Amino acid sequence: MSDYLILSGVLFAIGALGVLVRRNALIVFMSIELMLNAVNLAFVSFARQLNDMTGQVIVFFVLVVAAAEVVVGLAIIVNIFRTKETVDIDDIDLLRG
Amino acid sequence: MDLIWLVLALPLLGSLINGLLGRHLPKRLIGWVACGSVGLAFLISLRILFDLLALSPNQRVPPQTLFDWISVSGLSTQISLLVDPLSTLMILVVTGVGFLIHVYSVGYMSHDSDYSRYFSWLNLFTFSMLVLVLADNFLLLFVGWELVGLCSYLLIGFWFTRPSAAAAAKKAFIVNRIGDFGFLIGLFLLFATFGTLDYLKIFEAAAVPHALPELTATVITLLLFAGAVGKSAQIPLYVWLPDAMEGPTPVSALIHAATMVTAGVYMVARSHDLYMLAPFSMNIVAAVGAVTALMAASIALVNNDIKRVLAYSTVSQLGYMFLAAGVGAFSAGMFHLTSHAFMKALLFLAAGSVMHALGGEETDMRKMGGLRKVIPWTWGVFLIGALAMSGIFPLVGFFSKDLILEEAFSNDYVALWLIGLFTALLTAFYMLRAYFLTFHGKPRYDEKAVHPHESPAVMLWPLRGLAALTIIGGILWISWMGFTPLNEFLSPVFAGVAEGGREHTAALSEGALIAISLLVALAGIGIAWLVYIRGFQPGEALRKTFRPFYTLLEGKYYVDELYYSVIVQPGRLLSQFLATVFDLRLLDGLVNGVGALIDRAGGALRRVESGYIRNYAAWVLLGTLGILIYWLMR
Repeated sequence: MSDYLILSGVLFAIGALGVLVRRNALIVFMSIELMLNAVNLAFVSFARQLNDMTGQVIVFFVLVVAAAEVVVGLAIIVNIFRTKETVDIDDIDLLRG
Repeated sequence: MDLIWLVLALPLLGSLINGLLGRHLPKRLIGWVACGSVGLAFLISLRILFDLLALSPNQRVPPQTLFDWISVSGLSTQISLLVDPLSTLMILVVTGVGFLIHVYSVGYMSHDSDYSRYFSWLNLFTFSMLVLVLADNFLLLFVGWELVGLCSYLLIGFWFTRPSAAAAAKKAFIVNRIGDFGFLIGLFLLFATFGTLDYLKIFEAAAVPHALPELTATVITLLLFAGAVGKSAQIPLYVWLPDAMEGPTPVSALIHAATMVTAGVYMVARSHDLYMLAPFSMNIVAAVGAVTALMAASIALVNNDIKRVLAYSTVSQLGYMFLAAGVGAFSAGMFHLTSHAFMKALLFLAAGSVMHALGGEETDMRKMGGLRKVIPWTWGVFLIGALAMSGIFPLVGFFSKDLILEEAFSNDYVALWLIGLFTALLTAFYMLRAYFLTFHGKPRYDEKAVHPHESPAVMLWPLRGLAALTIIGGILWISWMGFTPLNEFLSPVFAGVAEGGREHTAALSEGALIAISLLVALAGIGIAWLVYIRGFQPGEALRKTFRPFYTLLEGKYYVDELYYSVIVQPGRLLSQFLATVFDLRLLDGLVNGVGALIDRAGGALRRVESGYIRNYAAWVLLGTLGILIYWLMR
């Protein structure tokens, strides 16, 4: 059990680090997916441990939402690339105050 | 009687037509609309008079409610009109004299480019005054009161391109506001005391013995009188009226005769039920009236501007009216109001005719003279007006002025009677002085440049009409087998006023009083004749004695200068201080300070928004970690 949780924590940390340090939007995006799946792993292992199906059901929801989010996110990235010729997130700083 | 709303609606309609469409109408039509509306209103007023006479004398006509105006809990005010003898007399004067002034204006203003604006405001003025006198509650009266003030501002400043006219209009408005402030407080107090502002309800409640403490009655009536002092130009607020001469002459006639200045007298007469409960207020009213009469008459003695002499004469005559009201002779006051409306409208319009004859703008009597032969009609009517004002039998002024003096004497106000008598002497002198300077002697105008000519018929007919009224007006108060028409007519209104004064007239009989006042008037005329026709020159000693008086009078007692240095100048300094120090430094400083603070704070916080997603993500992460740590530590 704890092995799974440690794996999940490591995966989440890698994902978070990827979001924070990488500049390529696609990599950042993949890192987010990694964090989501780390959480999924934690859910599944808890479900198995506690004999409660709720955790697995929630994983399904997360998968569905993630799928939709990937579609939207990729579409945004493609559009950004078309207009700005780059996917470097440091160049996309229109919201700077 | 059901037609009463038309009396109000017609002048308002005329005002709206001329005000909104006047630019596109021919001058002839504008004149017809303006005069027609007031003329019709006069005819309806006459009809109402006959309806009223058909009723038995003591039958009170209930107020006619036109529509609800304000209706909230505790306060409900209707737009409703009270038709009783007092208001009927007032609407007859307002519409009757007003109509003649309108007709006269058609001729007088015929060359003015702002013809429609003039008539629109003149009609509005008439309408406002009618609202004031027909109101059946103090609130609606106050609406008319303020409307009248507004119209006077508009018309005095009619030629607003002249700085002096604009200043005079402002002065009239502001001085009136001072009085209105007291009036408004009086209304609040009335409402607080009675819970209503309806005349009939208030007077009914006040009539119950001991219902109203004398102190309350005194305070209320004095506050109301403050409003009357402003509107009717009494000491200390009379200063606006002489300056109001900056308006066109028919406007002066309207202000002085039919509308505006009579409002205060009317209001005091209307609230006589309250004044009777406050003897102190009555004494104040009488004293202010008498002193104003004397002071204004003495200023008129030395003034050289024909319109200003008439203006001070108005102030003086209004003083007589308040004197009458103050000694409890309300019907005498109303009679003098009526007779003064005839005389003063006549004199002002005649003065306008003189100015018209001399080319339009000349008001300095030192540049007139010898006009008797040139403008015979104007001469005739002015003479009638001047003699009536002096109180010569059988003109209307004799009856009304003598009546007031007689009432003052028989009610044991001997000091006030003496003041009134002396004022009558001054009145006769200054009226005849104005007359002699204008019409007799050698012409002092520039005979090469000015060719005096008689006014057109449209101006002369109103003059003739007013002259006729001045001559026959006395029949209103001729006792005819113990029956005095106007007194009988008004008596239901003033039923509560004690009529006991006449009995203890022991010292002097009625006949002797009349003889004294006639003699005084003749003496005044005689002195004027001596000085201005026979060219009597007072001796050096006499002149030296009176030099300071003359200077004082010529400076109009320096009241304007006094007000300027005591009120206007400190007010200006205070405003200056408030504007430059208080407003600019403190208030603006506060507001600007808050703005600057927010600006700085925003500038500092701005840096947080870097636009880098990783920063935001890091903050989210940090926040989450913070919450987790908080949970774990708990």
